[in-house]
Amino acid sequence: MSDIIRRDPRAEWIARNRLHPLHAAMQPQQQSWMGPSGLVRKNVHGVGFIGPNGIKRIDRSGAQQGGATKRSASVEVQLPLHQVLQPAFYISVVPDMVGGRLSSHDRDLLGLAHQMAGKDGAVLAVVFGEHKESAFETAGVDRLLLLDGNEFSGYSPEQRVQGLRAVDNQFNPRHWLLPDSRSGGGELGRRLAASLGERPATRVWQVKGEECIGRAGAGLQDLARPLARLILAAAECAEPVSETRHEALPVELSTSLVRSLPRIEDLGAVAVDPGAIPMAEAEFIFSGGNGVKDWALFHETAAALGATEGASRVAVDDGFMSRDRQVGASGTWVTARVYVAVGISGAIQHLQGIGACDKVVAINLDPGCDMIKRADLSVIGESSEIFRALIAAVTAYRNGAKRDAA
Amino acid sequence: MSTNVISLVSIGAHPTSGRARRAEQDARAVELGLQLAGDNLQVVHAGDVSEPALRAYLGMGLDELRVLEQPAGADALPVLTDYLRDAGAQLVLTGSQAETGEGSGMLPFLLAENLGWPLVVGLAQVESIENGVAHVLQALPRGQRRRLKVRLPFLATVDNAAPKPRQSAYGPAQRGVLQAEEVEVLEDELFTGALLQPAKPRPKRLKVIKAKSGADRMKAATAKASGGGGQVLKGVSAEAGADAILKLLIEEGVLR
Repeated sequence: MSDIIRRDPRAEWIARNRLHPLHAAMQPQQQSWMGPSGLVRKNVHGVGFIGPNGIKRIDRSGAQQGGATKRSASVEVQLPLHQVLQPAFYISVVPDMVGGRLSSHDRDLLGLAHQMAGKDGAVLAVVFGEHKESAFETAGVDRLLLLDGNEFSGYSPEQRVQGLRAVDNQFNPRHWLLPDSRSGGGELGRRLAASLGERPATRVWQVKGEECIGRAGAGLQDLARPLARLILAAAECAEPVSETRHEALPVELSTSLVRSLPRIEDLGAVAVDPGAIPMAEAEFIFSGGNGVKDWALFHETAAALGATEGASRVAVDDGFMSRDRQVGASGTWVTARVYVAVGISGAIQHLQGIGACDKVVAINLDPGCDMIKRADLSVIGESSEIFRALIAAVTAYRNGAKRDAA
Repeated sequence: MSTNVISLVSIGAHPTSGRARRAEQDARAVELGLQLAGDNLQVVHAGDVSEPALRAYLGMGLDELRVLEQPAGADALPVLTDYLRDAGAQLVLTGSQAETGEGSGMLPFLLAENLGWPLVVGLAQVESIENGVAHVLQALPRGQRRRLKVRLPFLATVDNAAPKPRQSAYGPAQRGVLQAEEVEVLEDELFTGALLQPAKPRPKRLKVIKAKSGADRMKAATAKASGGGGQVLKGVSAEAGADAILKLLIEEGVLR
């Protein structure tokens, strides 16, 4: 929003019109009030309004009705704070934290936990390792337990189960909630269940009072059963928290964790041919459209970045990419975490196809196109030059990493 | 040196018709076992020996299939634990969840807990087995792979990332032998409190717009791709733009 002060005739009209639904919001701040000692206090700075030339005008005729304060572009809504001072019990949630952030599945789970905790219980989130999440408060976390230590880094399911057992001993949560997902939660939850000797309710999609319903078998049947202590919930099991703000108070384990010798050793990720990954589930997609002029260079850049290639409809129709690479309404709906769109202006059909993507990077010549409005980072420039610079930067980064390792 | 591999199989159900068939993931476990151990592969099923769908596993080129005889609704866990404890297997393969019954996918986890063996989830490929240590590839979501080093003996579940099962041939399926064994039967107490019912279609999540005023609702209904929030680099050199992009890629951890 620019700093130029402008009159907003419509806002002034709304402020005069007592029947308008927005009338109350457009009234100026109260300028005089009764102080604690009975004296009337006045805010002299709030009187009047800023005229079209930026000079404050005070209309003492009584004709002025509101419209005095400059409206800010967006008013930050302060949600009411949900406080649990002395939790009667805990509902423990172990979010997946894919990429260090709460996924939508995690948020649904926290919504379910909040619903089960009611007024007296506290939602305890157990997070392993480092995270990049900054919105635990609005996601519904009352207490936050961080278990970071290098024994939990990488793939360490047995160590994590030990950590969760220590949490179980200390907090004795009434329920354990884990996402029944392939990105870790399903496995960790089942390991915890086997270790605690609890029979979990799996693939739960509805919790109603003291009963929960989950899918059974190959998905042709539902299993309705009494609420289990350990629940592995499917995506969209409940509405995420949206009406309250929570404290997310940090808590700690009182006992130090025993470090066991891992029987499974993580030797790290293996390089996979990005072209062989199905587009719908690729994590990182480098997509080209009409703005790409040098396709050989495009393929070279995708290979240098190690990204799966995608294309817009125009690029496919023109024969630069095969039909199975098309992203959008009539192609593939992708779920990438990072989507780089080069020379794609962002037709609505294409934007639908990338609706589930987390971060979108746009490289385009036109600063006004729809893709730039959607993107988290946009670079305005000629694609071929940026390709060359990207290849050089990635090569330098990789060489630097190698030199550090050596 | 050939390894001693056991694959555990169950009866599946066709996703549309519900008809009994070989279970998709268990067939993959058999396929992986055949690739690793060849003729030494042992295949074990806990259940009804007269079920015709079991012959579909024999049709993959097995000479025999061992059946620990149990009625429907019995608990397979103690029976299989006892069997595996004495079987002397180095690697036990299972599918990740059953296609009938509860299908919680807990069996391999409980077996590993009872036997005290490590468990690998989502085994995609066994690279090498030597000196009591196996190097395996684990399938991760989004087509990624992770290399793990595991001590033998271990349990592994396979999912759809494992090699595709070979077709089942009719002749070998009829020639193969189903070997039944008498075992103690223990009832599973799950269905005393739980109820199995046809799956209800899940309600589609509604897009709830929490707007206080009509103007806000109008805005939410007609809003286009939301602008703002995104950083726009205009008039910078290609190098500066590339650096900004690279920084974001490194932050997100997609650059390997």
